[in-house]
Amino acid sequence: MERTTIDLWVGIFVALGVAALLGLAMKVGNLTTSDIGETYTVTANFENIGGLKPRAPVKSAGVVVGRVSSIKFDSSLFEAVVSLSIDKRYQFPNDTFANIYTAGLLGEQYIALEPGGDEVNLKNGDKIAQTQDAVVLEKMISQFLYNKAAETKEVTPAPSTEKEDDALGSNPLDKLTAPAK
Amino acid sequence: MSILMKLIRTLQNIGHRFVDRIWRLGAGGRLFWLTLASSGESLKRPWLVIREVYFTGVLSLIIILVSAFFVGMVLGLQGYNTLQRYGSSEAIGVLVALALVRELGPVVTALLFAGRAGTAITAEIGLMKATEQLSAMEMMAVSPVSRVIAPRFWAGVISMPILATLFSMVGILGGYMVAVPLIGVDAGAFWSQMQANVDWRDDIVNGLIKSVVFGVACTIIALFEGYDAPPTAEGVSRATTRTVVTSSLAVLGLDFVLTSFMITV
Repeated sequence: MERTTIDLWVGIFVALGVAALLGLAMKVGNLTTSDIGETYTVTANFENIGGLKPRAPVKSAGVVVGRVSSIKFDSSLFEAVVSLSIDKRYQFPNDTFANIYTAGLLGEQYIALEPGGDEVNLKNGDKIAQTQDAVVLEKMISQFLYNKAAETKEVTPAPSTEKEDDALGSNPLDKLTAPAK
Repeated sequence: MSILMKLIRTLQNIGHRFVDRIWRLGAGGRLFWLTLASSGESLKRPWLVIREVYFTGVLSLIIILVSAFFVGMVLGLQGYNTLQRYGSSEAIGVLVALALVRELGPVVTALLFAGRAGTAITAEIGLMKATEQLSAMEMMAVSPVSRVIAPRFWAGVISMPILATLFSMVGILGGYMVAVPLIGVDAGAFWSQMQANVDWRDDIVNGLIKSVVFGVACTIIALFEGYDAPPTAEGVSRATTRTVVTSSLAVLGLDFVLTSFMITV
């Protein structure tokens, strides 16, 4: 075969490959959306981070403003130290509140920043003082069950107390609000 | 007594096979090293490599693209069938893209490449050896490794990632064709969910790394089997069969090893 024809075909082949890679990067992957320019790093301590992972998004008002860069364990405080890389374009006040939330019922966990009212902004290396831990589902369920059990214990002896104390009247709400005397 | 002899014979057989395998592995490793060492000469004449890219890469395009399209369409149909039970048929884009970019793209391309281009390389080099073309080159003080082996090696290493990328892209288009116009999944959700969940570094670049490794493995196995084939018609045919079997097993084994390194908890 002619050398020029082979050159042409190989050229088309390589160009197709590059085009497919660009297509994967732009159309399929998140190369265009994930690029965060210059960042500054702040840390936040949590007692429990749940399932938070490095590279999880940091959101404020639902908009991605940064990523979790690293998660370490502080063995003197027994707390998790989470470093957040936040885009330089977004500045947050010093008393910003950091929460760990879950996207959807079973989705990934992310950090939500709720800005406070301080005049001074967070700088590189600062620490976010106010944090709220991840919600642990097992803890919540056990708490709920415990509350339920306590409630039923309070309600069942109520009829006996009502007989003794007629002053409470017939309002059923009183049974719940009145302390057991 | 005869039972003892039989046992000894069997053990000898196993030992011989084992030593033979080890010998072949070592010879393959030496050929790989020799190819790398003498590839400077062949890269100085890029025409040799370009010609081989045409034969291994461009001529494999048809089979790669057609199978990619069908693999993508089947993934779309099967994925939809399962996902719609959980009311999340929009996630079909993520499913198709991740399956193709992470696994099916590199692996199926490598298997098809071994069948389409690997066998051709083995048969060509085996016949060159059988018709004493390689010996003739040596007589003329032309190293067959740098003139014949190295250009084919580099052509395979260049072609594989390009073919795998095309496979992934065309497969995703196949999945799109089934999901959006045929089934009626929303096109916006299809692409946006895909973009939100496919990562450039963790998915696309890792897929590329896999395909480069598979390219090296498939090509060097094909070259070694051809170079090592007994110079007879039967020898070449056996070498061709071994190329397909060995490359396929190597690709699947390497895939597991690479994936376990790439997936960090």
